[in-house]
Amino acid sequence: MVKLRYEIEGGNFDLAGGASSQVKKVLKQLNIDPVLIKKIVVAMYEGEVNIVAHAYKGQIEVQIFPDRVEMKLTDEGPGIPDVEAAMKEGFSTASQRVREMGFGAGMGLPNMKKNTDELRIETEVGKGTTLIMTKYLAYE
Amino acid sequence: MSSNEKFHHALVVDDNKCIRCTHCIKTCPTEAIRMVNGKVEIREERCVDCGQCMRVCPHKAISIEQDDLVQIENYRFKVLLIPSVFIGQFPYAYTEDQIYRSLLKLGFTHVYEVEQPIEVLKTLIRREIRENKSNLPVISSFCPAVVRLIRIKYPAFTEQIMRVKAPHDLVAHYILENFKKQGVSPDDVGFFYVTPCAAKITAVKSPIGEEVSIINGVINSNHLYNKAMSVIEKVDELDVEPFKKELTKEGIQWSLTHGETWWQRAKTISVDGIHNAIRFLERMENGQVSGFDFLELRACDRSCAGGVLLSQNRFLVVERLKMRARLYPASSVKMEAEGYGRFSGLEPLAVTDEIKPRPLMLYGSDTFKALEKMERARNIMCHLPGIDCAACGAPTCRALAEDMVNGLAKMSDCIFIQQQWQNQGKVSPQKAFQKMEKKWGENRFDPDCTKKGAKDESF
Repeated sequence: MVKLRYEIEGGNFDLAGGASSQVKKVLKQLNIDPVLIKKIVVAMYEGEVNIVAHAYKGQIEVQIFPDRVEMKLTDEGPGIPDVEAAMKEGFSTASQRVREMGFGAGMGLPNMKKNTDELRIETEVGKGTTLIMTKYLAYE
Repeated sequence: MSSNEKFHHALVVDDNKCIRCTHCIKTCPTEAIRMVNGKVEIREERCVDCGQCMRVCPHKAISIEQDDLVQIENYRFKVLLIPSVFIGQFPYAYTEDQIYRSLLKLGFTHVYEVEQPIEVLKTLIRREIRENKSNLPVISSFCPAVVRLIRIKYPAFTEQIMRVKAPHDLVAHYILENFKKQGVSPDDVGFFYVTPCAAKITAVKSPIGEEVSIINGVINSNHLYNKAMSVIEKVDELDVEPFKKELTKEGIQWSLTHGETWWQRAKTISVDGIHNAIRFLERMENGQVSGFDFLELRACDRSCAGGVLLSQNRFLVVERLKMRARLYPASSVKMEAEGYGRFSGLEPLAVTDEIKPRPLMLYGSDTFKALEKMERARNIMCHLPGIDCAACGAPTCRALAEDMVNGLAKMSDCIFIQQQWQNQGKVSPQKAFQKMEKKWGENRFDPDCTKKGAKDESF
């Protein structure tokens, strides 16, 4: 099992996507189906951008097992007051500033759900959010 | 061509000239070079022939193989194919006609710039974009180093690469067809291509997407330039116009950055320099680039004007070609006047077979084993210093760790680890030195004044 860990800085859009890009490189070296890699990376990128856009700071832990990839994204931030609403496409609480940078289209959580097999959300308003995503790697 | 074919490589290291300085090891964009038993080794499956190593070698120890000029004598018609950037090598004082004549004096019967029936390439690019709406951007196949880079590092993009031959192939077919019309047997015609870089040599010797190249020999651009300069004259007697009949604005600038994009209406982007190309492909792979129809990627800075086998300043070359281009008609204007008909037979000849991915698997193709190796390599990384000094013979600490888990290197290759082990009494200084000598070769630690900044810089 390979374990990777990345610290994410809130508000730093310059670096947003850096962790996902690293994970992509690692997955490519493991000869995992490019279609699956793309899904994993898209899901992780959304989560990474969410931390940058909404939280003060956070961290991403990725564990690669022979049969699955688990991503745990933890942040200290405002939390999600209405998870059900946040799961709807187009729902966004992103600030104008964030939207002007091309983020905050309200596709974050829906994209994460769409591209992974399991998505668990633990969130507390005013404290932070933890997302756990799992993608199973199908073998032929 | 199967995806298991052996890559032909044009780059050769001269062990006598090499002082084992690691410049090449560190610059290689695919981490293909290692120091093994006092010798530089290029790992064939990784090398994309970009020539960066040759560029940075301070001792000119890396060279490019080429064919002997003598072999032109085997043919009745000796056709020299030069890239437009070759014209840019000569001092402005010489006109392009004088340059052409100097090349004829060297024994060639015909001299053509390769970027000629360019309307065919333009047509094929436009068509490819139109017919591949679901899989854009179409990626140019012009730069062979980039094509190889994509095949090994970005295999998922391989099917987006244009299946079209390079201009030198196309012009050779065009000339050959004309010879045939005059009743000349193809066996009597020899094509010799002057290459601005290593990758183009490789593209001729082991072409991707076709069985055999139509080109009979490759000549190193620097070599030919020196020969031409020794016979060039400022007299104008011979008419060389027939060789330039199909030259256009687009053709002359084709091999420069934006050469394949400036005339397009589609949404295009041009990236030059192999490290820039890598960064761009990474971004594209991350899904952070979208909306482009066509992607022109070139391994050299300023594209072929910066070819590793050219000696003139690349910016001056670009300037000269741009000045020249002004004097030639746009290919669209030429098409309107003369029609496309004479080129239509070329289209089927310009298309290559399928280009297959050839993914480079650092840890082998078995995911389970790869995962295990990767875990070990990451553990090893905790012990390596992370300064990427290359004193172990690998370009980075990470590359050394990868080599270790693949059984190609040892922990003791790291000089930091060696020092630590000596300090801890785990290894004797003598033993440690022997290991260094084995890696770097005997005599490597003797004083040597033949190097840049020392007394003798005459290498």
